[in-house]
Amino acid sequence: MTAPHHEEPASFAFDAESEAKIATIIKRYPEGKQASAVIPLLYVVQKQMGRLTGSAWVPRVAMDVVAERLGMPPIRVYEVATFYFMFNTRPIGKYHLQVCGTTPCWLRGSDEVLRACKDAGGLKGYGDTSADGNFTLTEMECMGACVNAPMIAVDDDYYEDLDYESTVKLIEALKRGERPAPGSVTGRRSSEAAGGATALTGAESE
Amino acid sequence: MAKVTVDGIEVEVPNGSSVLQACEAAGKEIPRFCYHERLSVAGNCRMCLVEVEKAPKPVASCAFPVNDGMKVFTDTPVVRQARRNVMEFLLINHPLDCPICDQGGECDLQDQAYAYGADSSRYGEAKRAVKDKDIGPLIKTVMTRCIQCTRCVRFSAEVAGTPELGGTNRGENMEIGTYVEKALTSELSGNLIDICPVGALTSRPYAYVSRPWELKKTESIDVLDAVGANIRVDARGPEVLRIIPRINDAVNEEWMADRGRFSFDGLKRRRLDRPWVRKDGKLVAATWPEAFAAIATKFSALPGDRIGAVAGALADAESTLALKDLMAAYGSANLDCRDDGAAIDASRPEFYRFNTTIAGIDEADALLIIGSDPRKEAPVLNARIRKRWTQGKFPVGYVGPRGLDLTYPAQHLGETLAALEGSAFLETLKAAQKPMLILGRGALQRPDGAAVLAAAWKIAVETGMLTAEWNGFNLLHLFGGQVGGLELGFLPGAGGKDLNAMLAGGVDALWLLNADGFDPARIPASTFVIYQGHHGDAMAARADVILPGAAYTEKDATWVNTEGRAQRGLLAIFPPGEAKEDWRIIRAFSEGVGKTLPYSDASAIRLRLAQASPVFARVGEVVRAGIADTTGPAGDAGAVNTMPFVLPIPVYHQADVVSRASDVMAQCAAIYGPAPALAAE
Repeated sequence: MTAPHHEEPASFAFDAESEAKIATIIKRYPEGKQASAVIPLLYVVQKQMGRLTGSAWVPRVAMDVVAERLGMPPIRVYEVATFYFMFNTRPIGKYHLQVCGTTPCWLRGSDEVLRACKDAGGLKGYGDTSADGNFTLTEMECMGACVNAPMIAVDDDYYEDLDYESTVKLIEALKRGERPAPGSVTGRRSSEAAGGATALTGAESE
Repeated sequence: MAKVTVDGIEVEVPNGSSVLQACEAAGKEIPRFCYHERLSVAGNCRMCLVEVEKAPKPVASCAFPVNDGMKVFTDTPVVRQARRNVMEFLLINHPLDCPICDQGGECDLQDQAYAYGADSSRYGEAKRAVKDKDIGPLIKTVMTRCIQCTRCVRFSAEVAGTPELGGTNRGENMEIGTYVEKALTSELSGNLIDICPVGALTSRPYAYVSRPWELKKTESIDVLDAVGANIRVDARGPEVLRIIPRINDAVNEEWMADRGRFSFDGLKRRRLDRPWVRKDGKLVAATWPEAFAAIATKFSALPGDRIGAVAGALADAESTLALKDLMAAYGSANLDCRDDGAAIDASRPEFYRFNTTIAGIDEADALLIIGSDPRKEAPVLNARIRKRWTQGKFPVGYVGPRGLDLTYPAQHLGETLAALEGSAFLETLKAAQKPMLILGRGALQRPDGAAVLAAAWKIAVETGMLTAEWNGFNLLHLFGGQVGGLELGFLPGAGGKDLNAMLAGGVDALWLLNADGFDPARIPASTFVIYQGHHGDAMAARADVILPGAAYTEKDATWVNTEGRAQRGLLAIFPPGEAKEDWRIIRAFSEGVGKTLPYSDASAIRLRLAQASPVFARVGEVVRAGIADTTGPAGDAGAVNTMPFVLPIPVYHQADVVSRASDVMAQCAAIYGPAPALAAE
């Protein structure tokens, strides 16, 4: 997969909100071990990019800024940022649709969820960004919500118990700028049985 | 110490050693790719698997510490099978391009595949391909061959101190590179070629040039800086094809600097390959007898004190001695080997040697650098300083241009010696057990050089660098021929004139032996100039007679490094055309004028060398000693003027006649540009 060309911003600077977060993050590490803060800081960068430009990614200039802030060689930051899938080193859509395709989700119909994402989001496949710039589709490995499979993660929010129709509905809502409540779309609470609670029912009503 | 039994052989190794080291102590060879003695342990190639008693599975010996009473087995069916499996995985994505790979014949992967590779591949899927990286004019990359041992990553981060290489992306997509395309900025980058166990990083100038078994290998000494790195010159026929370092733990460990490694193509260009004599204002080609006759005629008409000789940065000890003897025969005391005008006081060797020695840096615990950029002037020595710094508790301060990147943190104390007055760093030095000081030769090239030398010595005395057990005063020279002349006393004798006096019209005939250190325009027009050297640089153009000499790869010669360590380089190829070994030229001339020098072969002149200075009697060795008498050099320490220090090597890649003639070095100079310190001016 070759990376399509994209424009790197000419510069990057943390805004006030990010600076406040960085101050707390760096305080967690002892003096001289600031390099440990590289992953949280890259998250701060990605969040700020999402907030300010609508595309949550980590530009190369921002990695340099992080390197300078933490007193580490830039290449060490590049290594970390490119190692983890969670950091987008290229611009992405406004919403990052991360479809789980690992066995439990796949057995429970993640192929349908994927098809729904493609159809409703106007996406050709994994790695694609929709023409309107709204969605980027990514295949993820297990995100630990197997009990409520299949699921997708939209940015940091999990949407679970999906099928084709509910996924389309979710994406249409996102298109309208709404942000449906995360969690199971069938309305079950956390991961209790799909047909409703069968035990401890009395205790719960109190 | 831990007792370890390796295949039934009992060895004792220090606690904390790895199993691999124990195996080596027992004489067992363990295959490896990622492990390198001088780098941190990565443990990622898994080739060094061995069996350890009671361990449930094979262990990576490079990363497994020894235990007392441990039993190790290096050649069991399990070990062999494990290594075969590792090799099979390594070869899955390794291209089968050994016939066109420059590493072929000296490739760790190729060699070890003979022992552990399968006869055919079981892998039918598509191999991965990785885009080649452009990391500068010296290193060619074929990244598909990379087995991701990360030796280069660790070398650039740990030894070179320029962390620019890294492994980006992950798994199948992992690549070694700089991520953002750039040329590596290290002066030690050539060593990446040596440490790469496969053909991923190879020499760009040497690409498709030769196979290792075609080369005639000759041991020699790198003279393009004053470290005196031990090298091997690989030649085929009349051409030097490459230069690689040899291991010498006391000098260069196993590294060498890029200028010494890659500038040899300059040995083929702009060479003086026949004598020339100036007739009617024009240099015309001549024969040896004609050239000698021209000099003899000139000399015979002059009294001894109107004749002078200057030896330069790349002059070997033999020819320097021969020239000194020749001048003595003419009754001339006008000698100077400080062709760059450095105000070196040679009355005691301690004033001009790197007394701490290079290996001694490992013991030092504080360092002051004055007027020097060791990274540009002696990259291998700088790596040694960095190695000491990585071990901790090693404060470094420097006086010189602001903003030097020495590859380790160094406190900038000021641009002049006056800034040191009352500096807290002096207290740091005083508090240290073994403080050391490096004074750059460039700092002595100023008009107040003698005062700088005296002032530096004074600092050394005052901060306790000079004790009966420890000598922390070090002068860092720039080229391999500079110390030899000092050891031989190629300096103004009684009533003799020094370089400045000679250039101010003090002599009517001037014999320049590899002397390119000063501006030829300073020589008065009336002075008759004999230039003996190997490159047609600016000085040769000024000469009235040119005697073509041999470059350092073309003669058996002795060189003295900045420590005062005499080392011998051997002839790898013959000098071009009619050029001759330098001391033989002088010897032949002396015979022609009836002042025959008393040696006619190499052993005789070496005997004479050993008589002239004890340094030449113990070739390869250096005596490290403390200093009892701390009387300083002659200069007036108070006379240092307020001029900021200027570094002597503005462009690392073009600092001497050889590298100035080199195409490869010209490319480097174009890419890396002048040193940042100068660009700021």
